[in-house]
Amino acid sequence: MSSIEERVKKIVAEQLGVNEADIKNESSFVDDLGADSLDTVELVMALEEEFECEIPDEDAEKITTVQQAIDYVLAHQK
Amino acid sequence: MLNGKVALVTGASRGIGQAIALELARLGATVVGTATSEEGAARISAYLGVAGLKGEGAVLEVRDAAQVDALLAQIEKTHGAVAILVNNAGITRDNLAMRMKDEEWEAVIDTNLKAVFRLSKAVMRGMMKARSGRIINVTSVVGHSGNPGQANYCAAKAGVAGMSRALARELGSRNITVNCVAPGMIETDMTQGLDDKLKEAMLASIPLGRLGAPQDVAAAVAFLASPAAAYITGTTIHVNGGMLME
Repeated sequence: MSSIEERVKKIVAEQLGVNEADIKNESSFVDDLGADSLDTVELVMALEEEFECEIPDEDAEKITTVQQAIDYVLAHQK
Repeated sequence: MLNGKVALVTGASRGIGQAIALELARLGATVVGTATSEEGAARISAYLGVAGLKGEGAVLEVRDAAQVDALLAQIEKTHGAVAILVNNAGITRDNLAMRMKDEEWEAVIDTNLKAVFRLSKAVMRGMMKARSGRIINVTSVVGHSGNPGQANYCAAKAGVAGMSRALARELGSRNITVNCVAPGMIETDMTQGLDDKLKEAMLASIPLGRLGAPQDVAAAVAFLASPAAAYITGTTIHVNGGMLME
């Protein structure tokens, strides 16, 4: 079983079409990984599915970096 | 041509919606047609069944967000995600603007504009994941030309056209197209109710000299749903016998 961090990075790599090696914890989806606004919506959708949770829009807007995604999942794990 | 695709057609118990549901089903789609009543839904199941086509009727009040969510969840479970959405359901509450009541304005805006956004939003997630989808909105010639007594209806239909262009830009990168089909005078229950004099005057303004058939509109919708229309988005196909030309 891979760690939350690995799973999040794997999803980011798949969704944004970037190399996992290029994804750092402090990477910003938009500024560093080239995501557009629709990509970030899809990324949240993918996180919801992977971690079987629902991320409300107001929370989703605050997830702009890889670390923030990891922190969110850790804080909201069932 | 549309084999394996799930199509959702609102307001499909009669008229233009029925013709669209039948046409998409004939092309191979599994069609879920909606009506506001049980009888309407049963009628849809019946005409699809009699023709030996895949799909069924479902009860849906498009103004009810909870019903929309519930139906979409149910369709996804039974048939899979919706690939083609046809927003066809619509109502009229005609009145001169000077006499138009807030309820008449709001009822038409709710059903003909707000619900179109609601339905579109509800199918977007599945379409984005599939990296393909078709949203086709049935508008009206009067949304472009204007019509006395229909400030509410014209506003809603023009609103849908503008919204379609915005969605076409938003969703284009995910291979989802959003278009409108704008019927002119089509022979349906909605136009049957019109006064004879008015009908004659309208006929005189139609170069092709006749009212359209629901099938004429369904053909344009089917085209937009088909692979042949893959590169068309954010536009309106006018099906009006030449009544209005751009």
